[in-house]
Amino acid sequence: MFALVANQKVVRDWPCFGVVLGGSFLPRGGYTVLLFKMQFMLLFSRQGKLRLQKWYVPLSDKEKKKITRELVQTVLARKPKMCSFLEWRDLKIVYKRYASLYFCCAIEDQDNELITLEIIHRYVELLDKYFGSVCELDIIFNFEKAYFILDEFLLGGEAQETSKKNVLKAIEQADLLQEEAETPRSVLEEIGLT
Amino acid sequence: MSPSVPLQEMIRAIRSARTQCEERGVIQRECAAIRAQFRQADNGGRSHNLAKLLYVHMLGYPAHFGQMECVRMIASPRYSEKRVGYLGAMMLLDEKQDASLLITNSIKNDLSNSNQYIQSLALCTLACMGSAEMCRDLAPEIDRLLRASNSYIKKKAALCAVHIVRKVHDLGELFTKAARSLLTEKNHGVVHGAVVLITELCERNSETLERFRKTVPDLVQIMKGLVISGYSPDHDVAGISDPFLQVRILRLLRILGRNNEAASDAMNDLLAQVATNTDSTKTVGNAVLYETVLTVLDIKSESGLRVLAVNILGRFLLNNDRNIRYIAMTSLQKIVGTDHNAVQRHRGTIVDCLKDQDASVKRRALDLSLALVSASNIRSMMKELLSFLSSCPPELRSQTASGIFNAAERYAPSQRWHIDTILHVLTTAGGDVRDETVPNLIQLITNTSELHCYTVHKLYRALLSDISQQPLVQVACWCIGEYGDLLLRGECQETEPVQVTEDDVLDVLETVLQSHMSSPSTRGFALTATMKLSTRITENVDRIRSIVSIYGSCIDVELQQRAVEYNALFKKYDHMRAAVLERMPVIEKNSQGHINGETIKESQTVKVKPGEPQQPPNQVCDLLDLLGGSEQPLQPSPALGSTAPPMPVSTANTVGGDLLDLLGGLEPTPITPVATVTVYEKDGVTVTLSCEKQSDSGLTVTLTASNSTESDIRGFTLQAAVPKSVQLHMKAPSGDSLPARGAAKVTQMVVLNNPNKVNLKMRLRISYTSQGSAVQDTVQIDSFPGLGQ
Repeated sequence: MFALVANQKVVRDWPCFGVVLGGSFLPRGGYTVLLFKMQFMLLFSRQGKLRLQKWYVPLSDKEKKKITRELVQTVLARKPKMCSFLEWRDLKIVYKRYASLYFCCAIEDQDNELITLEIIHRYVELLDKYFGSVCELDIIFNFEKAYFILDEFLLGGEAQETSKKNVLKAIEQADLLQEEAETPRSVLEEIGLT
Repeated sequence: MSPSVPLQEMIRAIRSARTQCEERGVIQRECAAIRAQFRQADNGGRSHNLAKLLYVHMLGYPAHFGQMECVRMIASPRYSEKRVGYLGAMMLLDEKQDASLLITNSIKNDLSNSNQYIQSLALCTLACMGSAEMCRDLAPEIDRLLRASNSYIKKKAALCAVHIVRKVHDLGELFTKAARSLLTEKNHGVVHGAVVLITELCERNSETLERFRKTVPDLVQIMKGLVISGYSPDHDVAGISDPFLQVRILRLLRILGRNNEAASDAMNDLLAQVATNTDSTKTVGNAVLYETVLTVLDIKSESGLRVLAVNILGRFLLNNDRNIRYIAMTSLQKIVGTDHNAVQRHRGTIVDCLKDQDASVKRRALDLSLALVSASNIRSMMKELLSFLSSCPPELRSQTASGIFNAAERYAPSQRWHIDTILHVLTTAGGDVRDETVPNLIQLITNTSELHCYTVHKLYRALLSDISQQPLVQVACWCIGEYGDLLLRGECQETEPVQVTEDDVLDVLETVLQSHMSSPSTRGFALTATMKLSTRITENVDRIRSIVSIYGSCIDVELQQRAVEYNALFKKYDHMRAAVLERMPVIEKNSQGHINGETIKESQTVKVKPGEPQQPPNQVCDLLDLLGGSEQPLQPSPALGSTAPPMPVSTANTVGGDLLDLLGGLEPTPITPVATVTVYEKDGVTVTLSCEKQSDSGLTVTLTASNSTESDIRGFTLQAAVPKSVQLHMKAPSGDSLPARGAAKVTQMVVLNNPNKVNLKMRLRISYTSQGSAVQDTVQIDSFPGLGQ
């Protein structure tokens, strides 16, 4: 019973649904508005531990936790050969497992699931190129870099750069900039003289 | 980039904790240290501290005390600190937090920073968590960046503008011009951003949509360039050149081509080209094909192209990849209403998908199969659906059962088949059917008088084998009570008759009465059935008498009441017993009240408890008792026998018994047609309208005309006009003359199909000749009763 009430609260509080109750269609001019938006992306391990969470809709921490918990349970319960798409609440969930990590995206009703799979794949390729044969531990110990790479590939839930090379180049440059900002200090810190 | 040592040490420490408790301890210590560090003045390790906190936050621990630190870090001049600060802002600050407003100024400053990577951080954060206020404040900045900056920034600014438009729709006006010019850029990232922005602008504002229609030729050019061009290493994915951009362009074309012939024509060739040339061996090619298909089906494409699209979906259905099959069925579902025949061709494959392992695929296949049932394939489809029902996952059973009932109701080739099908469903999935199934089935059985013998035999046999499925038991009891004499006669044309004695039959009913599996209402059925048999059997009436008197002291109040009343029927009113318990008359099928969904509330004035249609005679008996007995002949009127609407309504309609109405008169009270509206009333001519939703986009409207003047009306015709995208089909009217004083009515059915779900309006022209002069009038109908909008 309580879960049901909380469920409704989540939908009501999502501003992208604020215009129409519940659904994602705004009837205008006689036809439905097609909404394409990635609402969030989650990375989690096979034990259900969260490794990355990127939210493109405003939700309270409590709501995020609840969604994460439920979704992780649902996806982990799927058998290996099953479809990569599932309908969950009123969203479409696209997920794919790479080694020990599940990459999970929530997209809206009219979005193209297959291209979302490609987006996930592109992100994995970027991580792979950056870390050199990426594994889960890389993402655990360098989580902030995983975020930086994601933010260079997706912006506001949409792909901003479709060329792999350009994304990696930008990250490289940004990293260099960070090095420069840190270098004068870090040497001293390492010797313990700060 | 060198890793953050302090951060990694902490992560190691947390991971080496062996229990949850230990982990909590480590984290508490770390958080305390971080808090202390935050309070200190500027030190070198600020970014590391915040990064540590963000890690802790991701593990699920509270981190709100880091919010102000994020604000401070964002304002720092050092890039390393800004970077982590903005990351922290995106993770810890959302628009609900008050602190988020504090970063607006920093973002504003950073947007004009000379370093593009700092600008990029600000743009990314704004696009991720910018609130409506922040968007309003910073929109002019974004517009500036859209025009006068390098490609790296322009592409980000475009997507930031998309976020702004989503948050504050009115600001779309601001970006229209810039968006237009961005389309001509060479950089793929910029063009992609521009296409996304234009899509968003067109969706929000129909005027903008009109303006951007002119860009269709440009978009077609860009697309052609991508499809035909040679290998471009930067953007190639498995042989497809920049699939992400292709998909977005196709989507924009879809929006621009919808409801517009000219635009649709302009993109016809391109779509055909993409559909035929795209390599479909990998997912990426299929992604582009999928988007193409969606576009073709949504715009006003020529029929050849449409056929091509449906064929692509057909190919998808045969693909080994489960994902592809799934999306094929999702798309076919959308067009099954409009391109029914095209989808029918793939029925075999779809039905095969019912046997797929994956629950999502099964669900899609079920929806589509139910939509594809028609009069010609009903028998074979039903076989498949029934075998699916016996093996389907529990969450789909209820939907399957009601789908089967619907299909059986519409296309049953024979009564016997219909009854058999319903019985099959009740035996397989009796627990998952809706409440109305029992009265509906009873009504169906009563109306099929030639099959009474067959039905009662079948039900008797079913009851012998299993008394756990409540709906089945209820119907079986009712039938045995009604037609027990046919059962005992021992002969039947349709099926092998059973040789039973009266004791056997009473044994069965008693078993149901006494079984712990029977619900209270089932026991009620059984008791009444036993009582009814008292007039249909000859020898064991005493046994019935004793059963009835035993239950006179039953704990269940309902049963007790019934038993007491039946007892009274035996004792004081024995002379009436035969009349009271005689055969039920044919129940009138309540077709006028046939509406699914919400409007059921406005239905009949005479309400009878569903599921116990044999009650009324006894209830009437009770009332007469209350009134001190009456000599009125007890004719169970047809109205009393009417039950809730015949077909499974989507809302469970528990209609209560309305005794006062029965008391008001034993004449049949006419059932008011559901939700009828008078749309025209002038000079004695009245036209009323009632409608019935057939499917998601289909609607049947019934227009009824009557004439209350003193003279006959001849040549009465109705003409109707509807909005452009709605399809209209007028059936032949029942006649064209309206005799005087409402002696007869003319009805006309109109079938509408509203696939685009436009606001439904109808203009009706009424013409007739009365007393030698021709009359013509027009009326507009803006709202349709029972559409539930």
